[in-house]
Amino acid sequence: MAGLFSNNLHVPKNVDMKDRVADFWRTDAETDPIKHTLRPIVTGTSVLGVKCVDGVVIAADTLGSYGSLARFRDVQRLMKVNDSVLIGGFGDYADFQHIMKLLNQHSIDDAVIGDGVYRDAPSIHNWMRCVLYNRRSKFNPLWNTIIVAGKTYSGEPYLGYVDKIGVSFEDKSVATGFGSYIAQPMMRRALEENPNMTCAQARVLMARCLKVLFYRDCRALNRFQIGTVTSDGCEISEPMSTDTDWSIGANPSGYE
Amino acid sequence: MSSIGSGYDLSAGQFSPDGRVFQVEYALKAVENSGSVIAIRGCDGVVFGVEKIITSKLYEEGSNRRVYSIDNHIGAAVAGLLSDARAAVNRARDEAANFRDTYQVPIPLKTLCERLGHYMHYFTVYGSLRPFGVSILLGTWDEVNGPKLMEIDPAGSTRGYYGCAVGKGRQNAKTEIEKLEMSKMSCRELVKEVAKVIYSVHDEVKDKHFELELSWIGKDTNGRHELVPKDIFEEAKKYAEEALNDSDDEDTDM
Repeated sequence: MAGLFSNNLHVPKNVDMKDRVADFWRTDAETDPIKHTLRPIVTGTSVLGVKCVDGVVIAADTLGSYGSLARFRDVQRLMKVNDSVLIGGFGDYADFQHIMKLLNQHSIDDAVIGDGVYRDAPSIHNWMRCVLYNRRSKFNPLWNTIIVAGKTYSGEPYLGYVDKIGVSFEDKSVATGFGSYIAQPMMRRALEENPNMTCAQARVLMARCLKVLFYRDCRALNRFQIGTVTSDGCEISEPMSTDTDWSIGANPSGYE
Repeated sequence: MSSIGSGYDLSAGQFSPDGRVFQVEYALKAVENSGSVIAIRGCDGVVFGVEKIITSKLYEEGSNRRVYSIDNHIGAAVAGLLSDARAAVNRARDEAANFRDTYQVPIPLKTLCERLGHYMHYFTVYGSLRPFGVSILLGTWDEVNGPKLMEIDPAGSTRGYYGCAVGKGRQNAKTEIEKLEMSKMSCRELVKEVAKVIYSVHDEVKDKHFELELSWIGKDTNGRHELVPKDIFEEAKKYAEEALNDSDDEDTDM
């Protein structure tokens, strides 16, 4: 219960009793002089990922929502870390920009050593897990779910998921947010029917999933990017849209 | 040529009666005794060349790098005490990373040189520390400002150059470089000239074997500092060796 235990015993509290009484029902995160993340502000919605025989494909739309306002419609939520890793960010966009800045510095650090070795997808995934779990353990999370897509050092495709609470796993198909309810079943069925999916087929699947997400997710946008990692390298496509048919929405039963 | 400090050279915190800081001058000596390092600023980039003197038959080719990248867009070639060089380069990398974190743009060369020069100067004013025994040549290229080349010496002072040479063969190298019309030459041409200068200033008698290290940054590399690719490197090396043989032939003909 708020006020009854402190997660930060060494921070001096304001001793003014009047204030303390008013603050009694607030959480430590709200009353501490050192501020903690309380809620995400500008957010990105689902990121989807599928592992194929010849690489990995991830996709995300280009919307930064400000609550229910579709505020920033040209936001990059997929980032190329190096020639073998792409990441996609769901959740708070400012926190994702911070993560992108840290990863960019990693790439520079790898490049200046000059031995041609770059951190591969499992390394980035593990680093991401360390960072996110550490922040959550300090009750100051980076409010993101990160999808890490790329190749291992031996060239095998790799797809990983890390949460703001430090949950981390690998899978053949991953999705965040609304995508995990709507797109994940679609991707799983497609992989079941075609276990040897190629990147080209996966891109078609992504476009289909994002279309359904645009129909059903109120925080989605019909403008998205698809990122592909293959043995030739990484690339993130230009923003594109799919055709949508809203005619079925004209006469939904029960709303006549 | 070199006067004995006789008591005024024990620490960097002392001047001599004739206004010299001997410790800094001794640090410069450490640079002068190292293998030659030259850098030339052309019309579309900067090329670095290093004469890496090999002291052991067991030496692994390509190791003991003398040119470093500071961030993606700045190259540094070092002469002098190599362990001091590593310390200075690591500091430069930290400065570059910090600048990028604060201002979200790559650090301009002049800013980096000022900061690194300031850092190296710090070690020349206290008696408890010794100066860095390195000279660092730093170069960059970008679309807007073109190529830039600067040198930092052990005293911490920075200067901009079109062509620069430090180390053993610097006198001869400077003479050779002055003959070139650098501002009109591209990096591809300069790579061969740099190799030629290194080969010509290498003293076969004193140091038997050396390894040539060439790196460049410019339009051809899209502003990234990189080692010169193998095929261009071999071409440059061949050009340099042939030029050397030609001049040797001239001598024997006489």
